[in-house]
Amino acid sequence: MKIAVCLKQVPDTEAEIKWDIPKGALSRDGMDCITNPFDEFALEEALLTKENYDGEIVAVSMGPEGAKDVLRNALALTVDQVALCTDDAFAGSDTYATAYVLASAIKKVGDVDVVFCGKQSTDGNTGVVGAELAAILGFSQLTQVSKVRSVDAGGKKIVVERAIEGGIEVVEAKLPAVVSVIKGINEPRLPNLMGIRKASKMDIPQWSAGDLGVDTGKVGTAGASTKVVEIAVPPPRGAGEILKGEIEEIANTITDKLIDLKVIK
Amino acid sequence: MANDVWVYIEHKEGAVSPMSFELLGIGKQLAEGFGSNLCAFVIGAQVDDLAKEAGTYGASKVYAVEGDVFKDFRGEAYAKAAAALLEKYKPEIALFRATVMGTDVAAAAAAQLGFGLCTDTIGLAIDGGKVKMTRAAFGGNYSVSVVNEKAAPQIATVRPKAFAMPEKGAGSAEVVKESVAVSDADLATKVVEFIKSATSVNLVEADIIVSGGRGLGNDQGFAMLKELADLLGGAVGASRAAVDSEWIPYEHQVGQTGKTVKPKIYIACGISGAIQHLAGMRTSDCIVAINKDPDAPIFKAASFGIVGDYKDIVPKMIEKFKAKLNK
Repeated sequence: MKIAVCLKQVPDTEAEIKWDIPKGALSRDGMDCITNPFDEFALEEALLTKENYDGEIVAVSMGPEGAKDVLRNALALTVDQVALCTDDAFAGSDTYATAYVLASAIKKVGDVDVVFCGKQSTDGNTGVVGAELAAILGFSQLTQVSKVRSVDAGGKKIVVERAIEGGIEVVEAKLPAVVSVIKGINEPRLPNLMGIRKASKMDIPQWSAGDLGVDTGKVGTAGASTKVVEIAVPPPRGAGEILKGEIEEIANTITDKLIDLKVIK
Repeated sequence: MANDVWVYIEHKEGAVSPMSFELLGIGKQLAEGFGSNLCAFVIGAQVDDLAKEAGTYGASKVYAVEGDVFKDFRGEAYAKAAAALLEKYKPEIALFRATVMGTDVAAAAAAQLGFGLCTDTIGLAIDGGKVKMTRAAFGGNYSVSVVNEKAAPQIATVRPKAFAMPEKGAGSAEVVKESVAVSDADLATKVVEFIKSATSVNLVEADIIVSGGRGLGNDQGFAMLKELADLLGGAVGASRAAVDSEWIPYEHQVGQTGKTVKPKIYIACGISGAIQHLAGMRTSDCIVAINKDPDAPIFKAASFGIVGDYKDIVPKMIEKFKAKLNK
């Protein structure tokens, strides 16, 4: 079985984010970066799938050179092959362009049965790249996956559970498929020292737009169909009121105030 | 004249809630701004009733695609139908709710049409003859407005409750039946079973959320919050710290790695208010914060702050609400 996993490097969720407002882009200088937390679940699911069914894992990422770190971490966790899609032309890509580049990488890997990705990134937060990737590749689209029940590469079939509004939906789909996973699907493992040491010496192949056969008119700032017209800092919420007094009095006041909102039926 | 404004009507096997029609409110404003028509579109096995109901919420025309193949919700099937309709009619903008189902359809339809979309939109306004779509970025610390110049139509998923519900009236819509060739043979997915959640948390639709964090100290605290939530007809939320401590399942998590919510009342108990949590709830209409630490950042976001132990305050609130609401 051939398994692909898409990994994104994001600013540490604890980091203070700064926008370069004139450039309309994130200023990444001196910012701590991590693997997108949702992608860690995708990577773990790829590792579990490999262990259960045998196969090989290819991890791909799109981003600046620094994004090598997330792939090195994947190598330390015994992923078989990695590739970083990196090209100046990719900078400023919107979700569709990102999905297009990743789809080109999956095609270049070739004969992939299942692609795992996280349900969204913690920086862009769009949560649509998985679905777009499936649509571009013509693979089955399985989003919000909370459990993979079985993967049958020979029979070209996968059965998953999806956490949707109001419950769990069990879906059977043809392979190849793009599976985007939610938090809690598994418990991501940490690399061991030996893995880290081994990975630190490994070469991270880089794929440019040319290597991927990507039409540069369709990616990056030039190709992005969504154009950022304004970045603003939303007004802070008005200073609230601290209720003071005895508990009895506070409870009386707050319940009155909430009832006055006419929301409680 | 600008093209029409389209709103996708979401349902599960024909079942809707009034919330399914919420985007017809902002849709109407945009259509009036453009001097064009507000249209709804609906896909399903049988959608006559839904199409009619959309008329009562202000749609003047409803495009309906029906077929057995649409009996179960399948993102790929619905997206194929949606993409075909959008390509044929090229409305100015198509709005979907930013729910699991709405996002599945919108994202795949946009990709099939070959362009991007704006997700989890919280602001929509006409600017220079196009709709400017605004979304929160980086935990709500920034708002980013985009226009999708190359897309016809523009597509946006819209955060539930970001806009006011439209009034239900006596209006009726012209229903236009459309046939789209999607057959089971073209589809790669099949719904085997639906397991209804026993707890059935629908945080995104709840008007009132009572949420707990690390400060609850243990899973017992959530029993108290649930009592308050039940009394108010609300849902129970949680911070990541509470979920990671396994006091409550992940489906309750609000924040950057959980759900984004915008209830009318959000009561945060024992939640310090880390930016990751604020990202998921700071646009709530009224925020009540209860925390022992007077310096907790949650108080900066709160409409009403109470410095104290939730174990003292929540039971008192329950007592007062019971008396005042005659429950």
